[in-house]
Amino acid sequence: MNAEIERQPEEEIKPPVASVGVIGWIRANLFSSWFNSILTLITLYVLWKTVPPFFRWAVIDSNWFSTAEVCRGSEGACWSIIPANIRFILFGFFPYESQWRPLVAMILLVALLFYSRDRKHWKKSLAYAWVIGLVVMGLLMKGGILGLASVETTQWGGLPLTLMLSVFGLTAAYPLGVILALGRQSKMPAVKTLCIIYIEMIRGVPLITLLFMSSVVFPLFLPEGMTVNVILRAQAAIIMFTAAYIAEVVRGGLQGMSKGQYEAAESMGLNYYQTMRLVILPQALKIVIPPTVSQLISALKDTSLVVIIALYDLLKTTQSVLSDPAWMAFSSEAYIFVALIYFLCCYFMSSYSRRLEKELDTGL
Amino acid sequence: MPEKNDHTNSEPTGDAIIEIMDMHKWFGEFHVLQDVNLTVQKKERIVICGPSGSGKSTLIRCINRLEEHQRGRIIVDGIELTNDIKNIEKIRAEVGMVFQHFNLFPHLTIVENLTLGPIWVRKIPKKEAEETAMYYLEKVHIAEQAKKYPGQLSGGQQQRVAIARSLCMAPKVMLFDEPTSALDPEMIKEVLDVMIELAQEGMTMIVVTHEMGFAKSVAHRVLFMDYGQIVEGNTPQEFFENPQHERTKLFLSQIL
Repeated sequence: MNAEIERQPEEEIKPPVASVGVIGWIRANLFSSWFNSILTLITLYVLWKTVPPFFRWAVIDSNWFSTAEVCRGSEGACWSIIPANIRFILFGFFPYESQWRPLVAMILLVALLFYSRDRKHWKKSLAYAWVIGLVVMGLLMKGGILGLASVETTQWGGLPLTLMLSVFGLTAAYPLGVILALGRQSKMPAVKTLCIIYIEMIRGVPLITLLFMSSVVFPLFLPEGMTVNVILRAQAAIIMFTAAYIAEVVRGGLQGMSKGQYEAAESMGLNYYQTMRLVILPQALKIVIPPTVSQLISALKDTSLVVIIALYDLLKTTQSVLSDPAWMAFSSEAYIFVALIYFLCCYFMSSYSRRLEKELDTGL
Repeated sequence: MPEKNDHTNSEPTGDAIIEIMDMHKWFGEFHVLQDVNLTVQKKERIVICGPSGSGKSTLIRCINRLEEHQRGRIIVDGIELTNDIKNIEKIRAEVGMVFQHFNLFPHLTIVENLTLGPIWVRKIPKKEAEETAMYYLEKVHIAEQAKKYPGQLSGGQQQRVAIARSLCMAPKVMLFDEPTSALDPEMIKEVLDVMIELAQEGMTMIVVTHEMGFAKSVAHRVLFMDYGQIVEGNTPQEFFENPQHERTKLFLSQIL
C-alpha cells in the first residue's frame, strides 16, 4: 500500500535539522555554494578591518563637548564641532537673539508634516491648519509685527531655508508636474506642444543653469527698480525643474492605464476632468509612487545647489563653519552630521511612500 | 428607490429609441462598417452575432460614441451623435455599457464603483445613490460583497457588478459587448441569468454574444454581421431554423 495513505496525521515528520533555524538560515543565505562562501568570507574580512577602527574613531576615542584644542590632541572624532557651532549651522546669519523664531517655525512645519502623514487626518480642518501654520511660519521668519524684530530674507539660512525650499518646492512641483503630464497627453495640439517644449527644455538643462538664470538673467528683464526676492527666484527654479521630471514619471503611469478604464468612465457619462480626477489619476499616481518619491528625494538633495546663487542653505552654513581655522580639520564630522540630517529627511519620505503604497493596495 | 418595472409588459413598443442610418466607419483605410441601417424600438432586445472582426463590437461602440462614425447618422433617444461633447455625454448617461473585460475601477470598492456615475453625472446625493446601489447589488445577487474591492471578486461576480453599475445610472438602453467571453464556463450562467431577469423587466438591450441559447430564449431579433455589414436579421426562430444567406448558414453550421 501507499505509505502516504497509511501515515497518521499525528506523526508529523520533522524537516532535517540542517535546513531550519539559525543553522539552516546560515547555510541557505551565506554558504549555499562555494562562490557564495568565498564572498561571505571576503565580506567578513572587510567588515572586520573597517568597522572596529571606525567605531573606535567615532565612539571610543571621540570628543563631544571639548574645545578645538583638545580635539587636535586626540586620535578620535571631534563631534564637539557640532555643539560648538550648532546655532550657525542650523540658522546661518539669522540674528542670534531671535533664533528661537526659525526654531519654532521649523518645529511647526515638521509637526504639521507628521500630522499630515495619517490619511485619516485629511479633512478640511487640516487645510486650515496648514494655512494658519504657513502664515505663522512666515510671520516668525519675517517678523516686523507683534514686537518681533524684522529680519531680511537675505539673513535666512541653514536648515529652515533647506526645509522651506524642499517642502514648498516639492508640494508645488507635484501638482504642476501632474498638469504637465496631462497636457502632454492632451488632444489639443497647442497645449500638447507647449507642454512637450517645456518638459524637454527644462530636462535638457542642469538645475545649476536654471538657478543661474533665475538669479542673473531673469532680473535683466524686469523693469527698472523692480526686484524679485532671491529666495523666491530659487524656489521657482526648483519648482520648474522638479515639475518637468515629475511630469515624465506621471506620464509613464498614465500610459500604463488600460483603455478599458477610460472607456468605462466615459461610457457612464463622466466628462474629461471627472474621468481623470476620479478614475485615471488615482490609479496612475498610485502606480508611480516609487519613481515619484525617487524624484522628490533627489529634488530635496538638489536644494543644496542654491549655494551657487549665494544662499546659505544647510550645507553652505556647515562649510562656513569649516572655514574657521579652529575647526578646519574636522570636516568629516561636520559632513557626517549634515548627511545624517539629509538622510533623516529622505528616509521620512521613502518610509512614508512605502506606507502609502500599502494603504492604497486594493489587490489589483 | 427605483420603480419596479412592469413584468407583464416587456414587449417592444414601436417607438424607435436608436436609429442608425446609412452609417459607415473606417479604421484608417479599413472599411469596418459598411452602410449599416438599424432601428431599435423601446424594450426591444437584439442579439448581434457574427465571426470575429465582422464589426459587431464596433457597431455598438458607435452607439455611445466610444468609436466615431464617419458617414451617415446615429440618433439615440432623439439626440443625434455629432462632435458636440455635451450631447455625447448626455447620450452616454442614458446608454449603459457592459464590457467583455468588466472594466470595474480597481481602486474603488464595489459600492463606490456603483455610486460614481450617479453622484457625479446625475448629481444624486451620496446617501440616495448608495441606497440605489445596494438595491441593484441585491438584484444581481451580490449585496454581501459591497465593501470589497473588484480584485477580490471572481470574474462572474465582477461582471454582475459591472451590470449593476450600469443599471444604477437608470439607462434607457443597455449595450453588452461580449459580456461572457472572458468568463470561465461555470460563471457564464450566473451572468446570463442576470441578463435574462433584466430582459424580463423590459430593458432595451443590444447584446453582442456567441451564446446562441441566450439569443433563442431572450432576443426579439437576431442580427448576423459579416465584413462590416448586417447580412440578415430575423426573429430567433426564423433565424436559426431558416437562415436566408449562405454566409449565415456557414456561420451557424460552425457554431451550433
